Amino acid sequence: MVKLKKISFKRDNTNSMKNLKFKKQKKELTINQKINRRNFISFSAFFALSSAAAVGWKWLYNSPQESTGVTAGAHKPLRRALNKTELFFRNFYSNNHLVKTYSKDRAAKNIRVNSDIGIDDEGFNVETWRLEIKKNNGQVVRLTIDDIKALPKTELIFDFKCVEGWDQIQHWAGVKFIDLIGHFKLEDQITMPYVGMETPNGEYYVGLDTESALHPQTILAYEMNDKPISNVHGAPLRLIIPVKYGIKNLKRIGTISFSDKRPKDYWAERGYDYYSGL
Amino acid sequence: MKVIKEKHSFLMRWTHWVNFPILTIMIWSGMLIYWANDAYNITIFGFTFIAFFPEWFYKFLNIPHHLAEGMAFHFLFMWFFTINGILYVFYTLFSGQWKELMPKKNSFKEAWLVLLHDLHIRRTLPPQNKYNAAQRIAYTAIIFMGFGSVVTGLAIYKPVQFYWLCWLCGGYNFARILHFTLTMGYVFFFMIHIFQVLMAGWNNFRSVISGFELVEQQPLITPEKQPGSNSPADGKIEEN
Repeated sequence: MVKLKKISFKRDNTNSMKNLKFKKQKKELTINQKINRRNFISFSAFFALSSAAAVGWKWLYNSPQESTGVTAGAHKPLRRALNKTELFFRNFYSNNHLVKTYSKDRAAKNIRVNSDIGIDDEGFNVETWRLEIKKNNGQVVRLTIDDIKALPKTELIFDFKCVEGWDQIQHWAGVKFIDLIGHFKLEDQITMPYVGMETPNGEYYVGLDTESALHPQTILAYEMNDKPISNVHGAPLRLIIPVKYGIKNLKRIGTISFSDKRPKDYWAERGYDYYSGL
Repeated sequence: MKVIKEKHSFLMRWTHWVNFPILTIMIWSGMLIYWANDAYNITIFGFTFIAFFPEWFYKFLNIPHHLAEGMAFHFLFMWFFTINGILYVFYTLFSGQWKELMPKKNSFKEAWLVLLHDLHIRRTLPPQNKYNAAQRIAYTAIIFMGFGSVVTGLAIYKPVQFYWLCWLCGGYNFARILHFTLTMGYVFFFMIHIFQVLMAGWNNFRSVISGFELVEQQPLITPEKQPGSNSPADGKIEEN
């Protein structure tokens, strides 16, 4: 554009008076034409771009659903964007970033119950419950709640955050996931990038990146407000993972497994982000 | 006679019109998210004036039960919103346009006179350049609001990884309230903005699309006086 301008300057300067007079006359005629010309160009561009934006939006809004796999329920391009965005923000993740903790008196007396998916079966018996840790060589470690309680207890009073938007300061206690790994010599398992957890009836399940599972504040909780966890909160053992939204905090853990691929995840199959990290 | 007077640069117009649909999508997807836990209202002395939002409003806009979709859209368009905002701010800083935009010492006093004028209480406007005092305040404030939305949004999005940001925003809950309030601010801004644009008329509106305004020029500099040299309008046409 600048170049064009220079050229036109030159031409003006070198033109003869005759030419200039002619040009001047033309200019006076074109003031309105200039206005019209600029209006025409800019408004055409404006409407063309607006239409393109509208078409683009329509395309995105009606874009096909992703094929059902580990994740489902989202538009294909939006799922792509969710994954890419999470990958970007995972660059800022660190197990040194601890969740803020609170004093006991700040903790809610009535812990909010938001869902009973996976723990609503009538016949469930806490006495016969065992935690099954499935090693990749096919071995299964079966633990009773007492095996788990024998490990060092970690208390955590933190602000539990639900994907819906509410949050509540809650008091939980249990064994750190990383302590459990160390005690039962599962170090070879956590070289795999993902951990999967499921309820005993298999109706609720979460997939976690191993890094987040090993966060020093990730606990398998068996107490809330200094008492054993109630049934609606996932007795006898549930996951508390403060670096994730509540949807990842699986109640009543039945099995734990390790994987190279992303394990299935209940809410990721329903349009939510797989990572759901905070 | 009428003369073309340049008003809004291409980049200003571009970012303005790009921002419009993006912000609309951000507010809409934000509502899809907010619906899942619509806890906010204005209650004074136990009396609730407004509950955000009434049921008919949700139904009218088809808001309920789209939380996952809302998050997916919100976390995609946040990029465009931020990039577009950064583009505008950098352009404004480096082009020197900020001098026309930022409130001056007397702007706050003058803005009052502008308000009185707009309300037809005062007849004259204080002298102004591109923007009057009230516009300077409003258009600068909206940029800070945009910045605030990005910062509070980030604080809510990753409250653990960006714990310091969350702390700066007054904690998770307060950051959410700020994020919500800023959005209400945009809606309020939008309504005033539309009203003012309608009042200002076509010449003003066109300038945000075509970039120029038409002004009546006194015959002080007639085209005859400057043959040979380029008329101002001429050079400027080629810039665009």
